[in-house]
Amino acid sequence: MSTLTEAPPPLSPEAPGEKPPRRRGRFTPYWLLLPGMLWLIVFFALPMVYQASTSVQQGSLEQGYKVTWHFATYWDALDAYWPQFLRSVCYAAAATVLCLLLGYPLAYLIAFRAGRWRNLIMVLVIAPFFTSFLIRTLAWKTILADNGPVVHVLNTLHVLDLTGWLGWTAGDRVLATPLAVVCGLTYNFLPFMILPLYTSLERIDGRLHEAAGDLYARPWTTFRKVTFPLSMPGVVSGTLLTFIPAAGDYVNAELLGSTDTRMIGNVIQTQFLRVLDYPTAAALSFILMAAILAMVTLYIRRSGTEDLV
Amino acid sequence: MEQYEPERLTPPQAAALRRSLRGGRAALTRRSLLRAATGGALAAGGLGTLAACGIPAAGKSQGGTSAEDHSATEKVVDFSNWTEYLDVDDSGKHHPTLETFRERTGITVHYTEDINDNNEFFGKIKPQLAAGQDTGRDLIVLTDWLAARMIRLGWVQKLDASHLPHAYTNLSAQFRDPDWDPGRAYSYPWQGISTVIAFNKKALDGIEVRSVSDLLDNPKLKGRVGFLSEMRDSVGMTLLDMGKDPARFTDDDYDAAIARLQKAVDKGQIRRFTGNDYTSDLSKGDFAACIAWAGDVVQLKSDNPHIDFVIPDSGYVTSTDNLCVPNKARHKTNAERLIDFYYEPAQAAALAAYINYVTPVDGVKPYLAKIDQDAADNPLIVPDQAMQAKSHAFRSLSQKEETAYEGKFAKLTGA
Repeated sequence: MSTLTEAPPPLSPEAPGEKPPRRRGRFTPYWLLLPGMLWLIVFFALPMVYQASTSVQQGSLEQGYKVTWHFATYWDALDAYWPQFLRSVCYAAAATVLCLLLGYPLAYLIAFRAGRWRNLIMVLVIAPFFTSFLIRTLAWKTILADNGPVVHVLNTLHVLDLTGWLGWTAGDRVLATPLAVVCGLTYNFLPFMILPLYTSLERIDGRLHEAAGDLYARPWTTFRKVTFPLSMPGVVSGTLLTFIPAAGDYVNAELLGSTDTRMIGNVIQTQFLRVLDYPTAAALSFILMAAILAMVTLYIRRSGTEDLV
Repeated sequence: MEQYEPERLTPPQAAALRRSLRGGRAALTRRSLLRAATGGALAAGGLGTLAACGIPAAGKSQGGTSAEDHSATEKVVDFSNWTEYLDVDDSGKHHPTLETFRERTGITVHYTEDINDNNEFFGKIKPQLAAGQDTGRDLIVLTDWLAARMIRLGWVQKLDASHLPHAYTNLSAQFRDPDWDPGRAYSYPWQGISTVIAFNKKALDGIEVRSVSDLLDNPKLKGRVGFLSEMRDSVGMTLLDMGKDPARFTDDDYDAAIARLQKAVDKGQIRRFTGNDYTSDLSKGDFAACIAWAGDVVQLKSDNPHIDFVIPDSGYVTSTDNLCVPNKARHKTNAERLIDFYYEPAQAAALAAYINYVTPVDGVKPYLAKIDQDAADNPLIVPDQAMQAKSHAFRSLSQKEETAYEGKFAKLTGA
């Protein structure tokens, strides 16, 4: 921008006091920022302040709420609902790992092997977004129904005996168990993993693979030493885009889960809408935010990648 | 009650795609993200300490606050209702009873189906009502406990009895004197809801279900029993089963009922606590039996011959959805005329024939028989003496009780 702000040397002595018209561009970047900033202030910063304030208030609907700096709400909330916190982190982590395991080969295929099918496959990856999140989750209830073919096959193969022994399922069913919730999370957030992975992989220069081959690296070594390290930005942003929303999700636990699979999102929803305990709900939201922020910070520091896409 | 309509009718609620994907090559780096994250945290922390905004107490004015009534000049009434809760013609666009109302009175009804859940709707209209503003609605439909809360908060207006001759005369005795609105000063029932036990004969495979005890104790039903996430229905039915009256129970009775349910949850007997989505679990057979709303059961039964219901000997819980006029409504008189209109037996029959809930209007049976004989004979729609004798309402709760009870029930359901 510096070239814009520097006044050009006066070309003619006739108008020494007149400012060159290009100087008007000086504030343009700020004007362009304004809509975004306003948006963030109104829909992000203000609600944050409001929630922060709510979390240290005390009172009731009829008496009103007053800020009493009652920070004990945070401790009480954490004390009462730590199992749900832990569960959310575990489910989200499991779903993220599953997404990575499922998404990486697919992204690899699209980037390097799909050829003219590439666009078609990309559309297929995104296609589920054309229907609502809720409808897609409800569809899983039909797929995993107790009398449905999937559960029947799993039962015949005694897979459910194994998962039941591990505590992932209960009895002869999949629905209303942790497994169903993790499956739902994995399914719903898979595209968020595939897309960044694809952008990272797609940018890798094919000649690097050839060079690796020329240096007698076998395909697996090429992948391990060349492709995977170069795709790390995609892995990091993909895991973030999957983990963060999955940890706060409540729809999957609500529809596919049971009483012992409720996640922290469900608790916040219940506290806010049903119990009308606004301070606890707000405090839980902040604890969740802080926990995710801390985990993500640690993760990004450890991942050792500079670019995120 | 969450949603009233059976699953096959539920319109897809487009859950917004909450996050947009950020693709491309924008230079989002680790460093910049960390910096932004730290900055955001600092900003949030800093501003949080500045925040000193409380939430003012709810208006205390019993009787609600009215606005200037524009009924005479503006011939409209804004009516917010639950989805699929009004008669509709075959094209799906017109509501015959509303058309009749307009022809007769010249008042156009702006009908919106924007209520899906009591808790959500309360969250939606709360800010305006708390601030003493018009919600843009003249008539809303709220389930008992929410109507009671709104009356307690002084957020709904007292109705003018002189505009409600039919309603006053024809209101069924069963619904006349709820403890939260004796004599119906603030509200009139739109429809009654009976909470019963529904089951899927195919999934039961010969197991007999006659009471809530069967649901909670029969080991053959382990993991195939559903309860409702509506506290008053689930706990009310359990209280009745334990020989207590939901209209008169103590804290200890409540705790005992919760403990009984908790035992069933711990055993894995109860599969889930659901809103209206139990209908799909039941028709698929994932629930062999569950607590259900009778209006849904009538509908489910006509689609699936395996579905049936039973009324426990110990009785069942009844509630109503109530028409209320919120504070500052612009067209109160028009709203009252609409309430009264639906208390004419002929109109009530037209409505009952379509939506299959308990009609709160006396004298509907002969009119309904002309439209649909089966509906007129169905005790779930027009309750007979035996049915009415077994019905029990859940008593109204003080604000303190409500918070405590909902908290305990939330704990039971896992959060």
